[in-house]
Amino acid sequence: MTTPAKSGATLTKDAAPGEILLKVTGLQKHFPIKKGLLQRQVGAVRAVDGIDFEVRAGETLGVVGESGCGKSTMGRLITRLLEPTAGKVEFEGKDITHLGVGQMRPLRRDVQMIFQDPYSSLNPRHTIGTIVSAPFKLQGVEPEGGVKKEVQRLLSVVGLNPEHYNRYPHEFSGGQRQRIGIARALALNPKLVVADEPVSALDVSIQAQVVNLLDDLQAELGLTYVIIAHDLSVVRHVSDRIAVMYLGKIMELADRDQLYKSPMHPYTKALLSAVPVPDPSRKSAKSERILLKGDVPSPISPPSGCRFHTRCWKATQICTTTEPPLKELRPGQRVACHHPENFADQAPQDVVLLSAAKEAAEGVADAVLAESAATSAAVAAEVEATAAASADGAKDGAAEQK
Amino acid sequence: MTELSKSRAAVAEPAGTSPAPSAFLEVRDLKVHFPTDDGMVKSVDGLTFKLEKGKTLGIVGESGSGKSVTSLGIMGLHTAGQYGKRKARISGEIWLDGTELLSADPDHVRKLRGRQMAMIFQDPLSALHPYYTIGQQIVEAYRIHHPVDKKTARRRAVEMLDRVGIPQPDKRVDNYPHEFSGGMRQRAMIAMSLVNNPELLIADEPTTALDVTVQAQILDLIRDLQKEFGSAVIVITHDLGVVAELADDLLVMYGGRCVERGPSEKVFYQPRHPYTWGLLGSMPRLDRDQQERLIPVKGSPPSLINLPSGCAFNPRCPYADVPKDDITRTVRPELSEVGSNHWAACHMSQEQRERIWTEEIAPKL
Repeated sequence: MTTPAKSGATLTKDAAPGEILLKVTGLQKHFPIKKGLLQRQVGAVRAVDGIDFEVRAGETLGVVGESGCGKSTMGRLITRLLEPTAGKVEFEGKDITHLGVGQMRPLRRDVQMIFQDPYSSLNPRHTIGTIVSAPFKLQGVEPEGGVKKEVQRLLSVVGLNPEHYNRYPHEFSGGQRQRIGIARALALNPKLVVADEPVSALDVSIQAQVVNLLDDLQAELGLTYVIIAHDLSVVRHVSDRIAVMYLGKIMELADRDQLYKSPMHPYTKALLSAVPVPDPSRKSAKSERILLKGDVPSPISPPSGCRFHTRCWKATQICTTTEPPLKELRPGQRVACHHPENFADQAPQDVVLLSAAKEAAEGVADAVLAESAATSAAVAAEVEATAAASADGAKDGAAEQK
Repeated sequence: MTELSKSRAAVAEPAGTSPAPSAFLEVRDLKVHFPTDDGMVKSVDGLTFKLEKGKTLGIVGESGSGKSVTSLGIMGLHTAGQYGKRKARISGEIWLDGTELLSADPDHVRKLRGRQMAMIFQDPLSALHPYYTIGQQIVEAYRIHHPVDKKTARRRAVEMLDRVGIPQPDKRVDNYPHEFSGGMRQRAMIAMSLVNNPELLIADEPTTALDVTVQAQILDLIRDLQKEFGSAVIVITHDLGVVAELADDLLVMYGGRCVERGPSEKVFYQPRHPYTWGLLGSMPRLDRDQQERLIPVKGSPPSLINLPSGCAFNPRCPYADVPKDDITRTVRPELSEVGSNHWAACHMSQEQRERIWTEEIAPKL
């Protein structure tokens, strides 16, 4: 993985679909905890603790995780609303990690954000016209036909009445306000839109309207989205690829269908099984559910090794000592786990379960355990077969270890 | 002005001569209206339902559809005058185990509240008192209804915390709410509401503030506890997934009224109201193949001061023109039986709805 030289990269206006638009390597954000008279730093909240991913032009990357896993901090880091502690953010091949406010300004045009709460993200004392035209003023852009005309066009694009130009935010409902936020984000024709929980404050019926709107706008304007959400069904609906975060780390990063059909990380599997299904006939189908015990550990002192080992039912000794790397086990599916589901074990020599894991297994139905063992064995056999068949089995991630 | 002077207290109209019902909880024609400067807000406008012991009723609807106001009405929490001088106007009948609550003596209702009926609130952080330990709050709830000394009550509090799955309950009982995580606070709230073995438990958005993994734990807990205590449960939520997990019966509310009510299998598999179709079409589902597009309900929820005339759903209903003579815009539809114990309020004939559901809606879900 070579990174393009900083000086050589130039900003081209349109990245071709599929090209890497945003690249993040080893990104960290630690919020210091200060104590005492001298405000000495006594620790840090490791909100984001070393993540790597890239966003390709034209795609939607969904980011899911429980509250406190660092997904919102990640969103603010890539839009440079927060200063990263370490790591690198590259936008269109240009390192933007430590650009100053002035140097960031031209880039702000290309990276926009949609916020979660449509009530607090709009200034109550400004009219809709002022709010949506603010990006033009800040960037000194004079659109064709004047700012007002352009703002009215944007309002109609997001499904609002252009005549509402002079109204104030309080005159709109939650869904309409979210549309105003979207219109503002789209004003300067950005390349990347980071949406932090864009629909979670909205009612179900309105949620669907906004999800469809985001869909349509992407198709029309060729936008690239990073959508941060905690609702797994919404994320599946909007994303092409999905990153699952836990305690500041990416646990699994995979294409949507692969992730939902055969999740490899136990955490992903538990997360998916916890989503309540709107089907009363499955009420008694408790057998498929994996109940995680307890709460997410504190990000101030995250567990050693794999961060999920305290709640994982497959955790062994190696999980407490060695942090699993995020490795591409299957094309398009990167997983950070020693004992993945639906795949060959990455540390087969280590079989003794931790006592915590035995406890955690009580929350997992026997059917799930049996099935997972069966699929893992099947995949392992398959992998072995392919490894034997191919002369240079080195390509295969599982074979490498043997 | 006359309206205001009349409403010195929440006006509870005397219960009619109708006989006490056989069901454990029966709500008849419940109306909760709030007078405001802009007009009367009809938060709940004629709601009727029954609930038996050991059963769970799910109430679903969007924000402002009157779900929470209904639950507060059953608990008798509107009368306290928390809206300043403008108190709620409540009418109708609420029968709980043979007692009519709205016309009953407030002191009597106070004795029932917490003991016979209890509530789990949405946001445990604001429902728990930050100055008192979890233990003190549970002990208070227990001692109000049971003449026991503090030691016994504390033992009971520890026992309840243990029952709802809080680790080291004998230590945790002395913690303050801020020392608990979100899921544990919700567990503590559940412990507090169950400490008196209530026969009716109302859970108002019990998991909305929680993560999915914790939500799964809490839903499991509510289900287990119900089995153990045999209480009647009302779950109020906007999440159809949550009600599908818990509820035996379902009540869909829109604009302060019930638009569809029935056994949850019926409401999920053969819904007979366009609003229910809309709700089902708006939600992305994990148990189905990826939908191409969601089918949202157009427009936004109505104002409760000025409900659309006729059927309150008509401005958003794609089938508003199916019934003849503009009846949807002039006449308010009443609930009519569309199957055994399954009711819906729609002007379309049952054949029309059946046809639209099977041919147009169901294939797209």
